[in-house]
Amino acid sequence: MKEMLRRYGFSLSTVAVLLTAFWLLTLVILPYLHLFLESFRPYLIVKEIGGVKDVFTFENYLSIIRNPTWTPREVFGFQFSTPMTIHLWVFLLTIFFSCIATFVAVATCYPMAYFMAKILPPKSLAVYWMILIIPLWVSELMRAFAWFILLTFKGPLTVILIDVGLLSDGVRWTWYLWGYSGVVLALVYVYILFMLFPIYNSMTSLDMNQVEAARDLGSPSWRTHLRVVLPHCKPGIASGCVMVFMLSVGSLLVPGYLNSPSSQWFTEVIYARMFEQNDWNGGAAYAFLMVFACMIFVTLAMRVFRVGLADIAK
Amino acid sequence: MTASVELRGVSMDFDKYRAVDNVSVKINPGEFFSFLGPSGCGKTTILRMVSGFIEPTEGQVLISEKDMRGIGPNKRPTAMIFQNLALFPLMNVWENISFGLEVRGASKLERRKKADELLELVELPGVADRFPSQLSGGQRQRVAIARALAVEPKVMLLDEPLSALDLKLRQHMRSELRAIQKRTQVTFIYITHDQGEALAMSDRVAVMSRGLIQQVDVPQNIYNKPANGFVAGFVGENNVFDGALTEGGKFSTDVGAFAVTKGFGVSRTARCKLYVRPENVLLVTKPKSGSNAVAAHVEDISFEGNFAVVHLRDKTGRKLSVEMRNDPAHLPPGIGASTHVVFAAENARVLLASDIAAYGKA
Repeated sequence: MKEMLRRYGFSLSTVAVLLTAFWLLTLVILPYLHLFLESFRPYLIVKEIGGVKDVFTFENYLSIIRNPTWTPREVFGFQFSTPMTIHLWVFLLTIFFSCIATFVAVATCYPMAYFMAKILPPKSLAVYWMILIIPLWVSELMRAFAWFILLTFKGPLTVILIDVGLLSDGVRWTWYLWGYSGVVLALVYVYILFMLFPIYNSMTSLDMNQVEAARDLGSPSWRTHLRVVLPHCKPGIASGCVMVFMLSVGSLLVPGYLNSPSSQWFTEVIYARMFEQNDWNGGAAYAFLMVFACMIFVTLAMRVFRVGLADIAK
Repeated sequence: MTASVELRGVSMDFDKYRAVDNVSVKINPGEFFSFLGPSGCGKTTILRMVSGFIEPTEGQVLISEKDMRGIGPNKRPTAMIFQNLALFPLMNVWENISFGLEVRGASKLERRKKADELLELVELPGVADRFPSQLSGGQRQRVAIARALAVEPKVMLLDEPLSALDLKLRQHMRSELRAIQKRTQVTFIYITHDQGEALAMSDRVAVMSRGLIQQVDVPQNIYNKPANGFVAGFVGENNVFDGALTEGGKFSTDVGAFAVTKGFGVSRTARCKLYVRPENVLLVTKPKSGSNAVAAHVEDISFEGNFAVVHLRDKTGRKLSVEMRNDPAHLPPGIGASTHVVFAAENARVLLASDIAAYGKA
């Protein structure tokens, strides 16, 4: 603080501090605090707000497990029946398929990052980055919509595959994975760079002598990756996983375009509660449930990868 | 567990740049062999060809008489110690050492036992559970040696592994490395730009320059009988005189003609220089007539303890230096004194000045 005052003088420092405080307080803390408090109040008609019925309650949170119905489900051909509300089921599926999207992103980005950081000659690296980054200039809306068009029934992808003789009839691309295939595919596409950047970053600091040393000691390439390269990249992978998972769980656009008739994303449930039922209290409670789920995921990811918060923030 | 290594007409090109040029050398089983040369002379390239990280453009690399072309580094009976050691920072010491055994599917118990044995061998017991970052430079060095030895290589390849250590430790590790080599009988191929290291440790030394081997010989001969001017200049200090051979077999310079010993390939037409080591020179006030003597005056004396270097200049302004053993009974002449630099014919070598002309016996 002293250093800042010495450097920029009193007035400029004050402006900077006040602006930051304004941004944090009015644009971040207060709205969240308001929503958080609202999530503990019942959804009432205007007349009753502030009245005897307006009490603090966990009912908005508990509504996700209230009045469960016995619903027959099928997972990998295994049939069972669970007492579960549809919202809880959507919540679990959202978490599950966000994990799948995250995993696919890791599996794609790890070899890509290794190739770019260690094998590609630096000369062609710039071109490669351009190819990857240019799509990012297009809005997320357009990119999700592009996949919507590509994957439509008898859409361009199907037509091309029929033309080259790989398919004979139209395919419902978004109907696989219990109806979540399109969502997962587009999520991976839209958020892949959030995985690639951190992994690439951690990969560049890897000393290739270590890879050579492992090879020289007789290690086949898969073991070298498992024991030397992958552990080195752990902070990057953890950081990428957190990013992609959070963005996937919170995505509204992608599932909006690429859902199948049998799928729904939890953000859509929240959206519907807030803007269709006008139940901001219930919507806020669901939104915070999602935030808690993300926090648990981050904690788990840090445990699994044995990295600290500082590593992820890097 | 030892093997011979042979390079047969090996060349290596990188984008039109020839890093190694038609090198042929045979390294005997159990030998401590050094490649000595300035940076960029191709010595590391040779090591990488032997280890299998790169394949030579031309020629053959043979280990135990077997052509190694097409055999990857993980299949060759070699183990390499890298310049920066390349220990795995996220594995502890015993995991590092036993990584080669892990690859071969040894059980954890077995690996731990072998790691402890090797730590004993490199005289570093009790650090098995530490991480490389918790060790000192010398300790890391030993771990790297143990890790390479763990796979029971027939040939050990060392790429200037001591260059990161401080002087004291470096000298200690020299004798240590030598002792480990004698104990294990593994063929050591050692790369260095430090002549002291190469001479002190090796059975034989190959001096390299610009991708060519200049001389291969035992250390004494490298120093005492250098094959050409490059070897003489790179290994040790010299007093150098330009000039030419006369018909009488003497070497005539601007400060007189001297009786000399002729080196490899020297003739009246070849471009030669005269090289005299500072420790082979005496300072004499009144030299005998007929001896090789150059009049000079003392410019400076640097006293190093066990010896002193006397810096002189002759009448043409040429710098000369003489190394004198410390002897209180015979102190060097004072600064400014006029004296003569005298050397015997057998210590005065006329060598080819160019560093690419000569090729020593393999």
